[in-house]
Amino acid sequence: MIKIEDMYKIYKVGDSEVRALDGVSLHIKPKEFVSIIGPSGSGKSTLMNMIGCLDTATSGKYFIDGVPIENLSENQLAAIRNKKIGFIFQVYNLLPKLTALENVELPLVYQGIHAKERREMAIEALKKVGMEKRMHHKPKELSGGQQQRVAIARALAPHPPLILADEPTGALDSKTGIQVMEMLKQIHSDGNTVVLITHNTDIARQAQRVIRIADGQITSDTTNTEGVVCE
Amino acid sequence: MTFVMSVKMALSSVWSSKIRSFLTMLGIIIGVAAVILLVSMVSASTQQMKTQLESMGTNLINVNINRGWGSGRSVSNAELQAFCDENSDIIAYCSPAISSRGTVKYGGDNVTSSLYGVSGEYMLIKNREVVSGRNFTETDISNRNNVCIIGEYLVQELFGGMDPIDQEVKVNNEVFKVVGVLDQKSSNVSSGGEDDMILIPYSKAQRLLRNAGISSFVISASSSDYTDDATEAVENFLYKKFKNENFYNVMDQAAMMDTIDEALASMALLAAAIAGISLVVAGIGIMNIMLVTVTERTREIGIRKSIGAKTGVILMQFLVESAVISCIGGILGIIVGVAGSAGICMAMGMPVLTLADQAVSIIGSFLFSAAMGVFFGMYPAQKAAKLNPVDALRYD
Repeated sequence: MIKIEDMYKIYKVGDSEVRALDGVSLHIKPKEFVSIIGPSGSGKSTLMNMIGCLDTATSGKYFIDGVPIENLSENQLAAIRNKKIGFIFQVYNLLPKLTALENVELPLVYQGIHAKERREMAIEALKKVGMEKRMHHKPKELSGGQQQRVAIARALAPHPPLILADEPTGALDSKTGIQVMEMLKQIHSDGNTVVLITHNTDIARQAQRVIRIADGQITSDTTNTEGVVCE
Repeated sequence: MTFVMSVKMALSSVWSSKIRSFLTMLGIIIGVAAVILLVSMVSASTQQMKTQLESMGTNLINVNINRGWGSGRSVSNAELQAFCDENSDIIAYCSPAISSRGTVKYGGDNVTSSLYGVSGEYMLIKNREVVSGRNFTETDISNRNNVCIIGEYLVQELFGGMDPIDQEVKVNNEVFKVVGVLDQKSSNVSSGGEDDMILIPYSKAQRLLRNAGISSFVISASSSDYTDDATEAVENFLYKKFKNENFYNVMDQAAMMDTIDEALASMALLAAAIAGISLVVAGIGIMNIMLVTVTERTREIGIRKSIGAKTGVILMQFLVESAVISCIGGILGIIVGVAGSAGICMAMGMPVLTLADQAVSIIGSFLFSAAMGVFFGMYPAQKAAKLNPVDALRYD
């Protein structure tokens, strides 16, 4: 599903270089549930931007679903984000002027799907996260947990093979955080590849495979042999 | 993503910040309204002038002889009359038109008015009628009778509306008998104009003004189709007589109308161009606000891009938004401009223009304002479309 080979991302700050990614190689198979953990400044956000095709590396190779990413244009990257990746962000990132339903429809709009079909797909995704009753509400009329569920529905609606979650529980209280994690596990068992980025060990442990990153390099890569741990 | 959706999204975005959108539009509204108002004012007054000219007769040809100092150049009425009789197929009537100013006295009142020395045919040429009394006769002309025909303005001013026929007035201190009254031309007599005139036999006028030759004539073609032919014939006749085309000047009504039309059209264009400058200024205002909007919505742009919006979609979204602002402004400006010009025309007693008359300025100013929106929206929209998704998502 994801194949990264010897990836570097180097920022120039004045005269000095910051190596956000310093030779990362990583292979994630389809239908895996992987968490990437590291302290702030470790390079995990940069790695997530790379995996999410939001940014391009200084050097190295990246394949998503077999498609090589380097040398793709801005618009080709947008198409890959649209079809292959569902994003879940820490701060939900819903558009405040649109209703929950319209937010979920948005990636489908960019795919050029017709209104009627789009609506059906969006409602289906909202049902999966239990938000269909509030689909005509705007984000500010929803609680944090509800907004994150709408954001999950938006990520699921176009049926992307990869779900990329960046600190999805970071802005939530522990109870709603647990609900969101249960939802991610459900998404995984429905047959999606899930990549979770976090700095919280307890959250990270819930994945099948835990990759630790520090100073732009992978320091450990362990697989939970007993499967997904539930708390 | 369809165009219709972009428009819907732009409309909701414009609606969600009403005051800001309205203030941005205000420049366009004022600019468009100004263009329409100015152009309408000019074309309404053109129409008014044309109507006046037409009422004088479209067959009319004015002839002026430039009488240099002591040159003695002139054409006698007999000569011209003979020429006209020869060309009776294209020329209907001709009359001398000696014009001057004259003081008209009746009792204690005295008025300075336009004095014309003419023949009886003058009325037919100028489309005037003698509504009471009689026209000049051959005898009046040949005997140089002291008779006059006066306009309605003089009837009001000197006689207070009383019947002036057979009353005696003094014109430049000579006694004349009023034999006729001209029809009223303007709706408001007190403004004078074509009602402020006194006609006397041209033969008498020559004496009165110590004016041997006649320097101007009015001629009417037998129909408006023959105006050009008649004008040419008159020019040929005068050229044969003077051998120099600078010595006379022949102008038909159509040529006069064309001259006025041209002058007014360039005035209208100038007015529209000046008002157009305000539209350009309004366009810069739109660009300014769109730049602010793009900065404010950086995060939204980041979100849209992260879930798959292509560059063109973002570009379209902001371009449509600025076009929507300028088009709504344009429509409001048209409403203000059309209503305003109708109001002013009515207040000033000018003919109210129909929408068809104003079509050019309406469509033109609307298209211009829409183009302004697209042109000045382009830079901000490009700026939005080029944002890097990572940076845009991180923006607070």
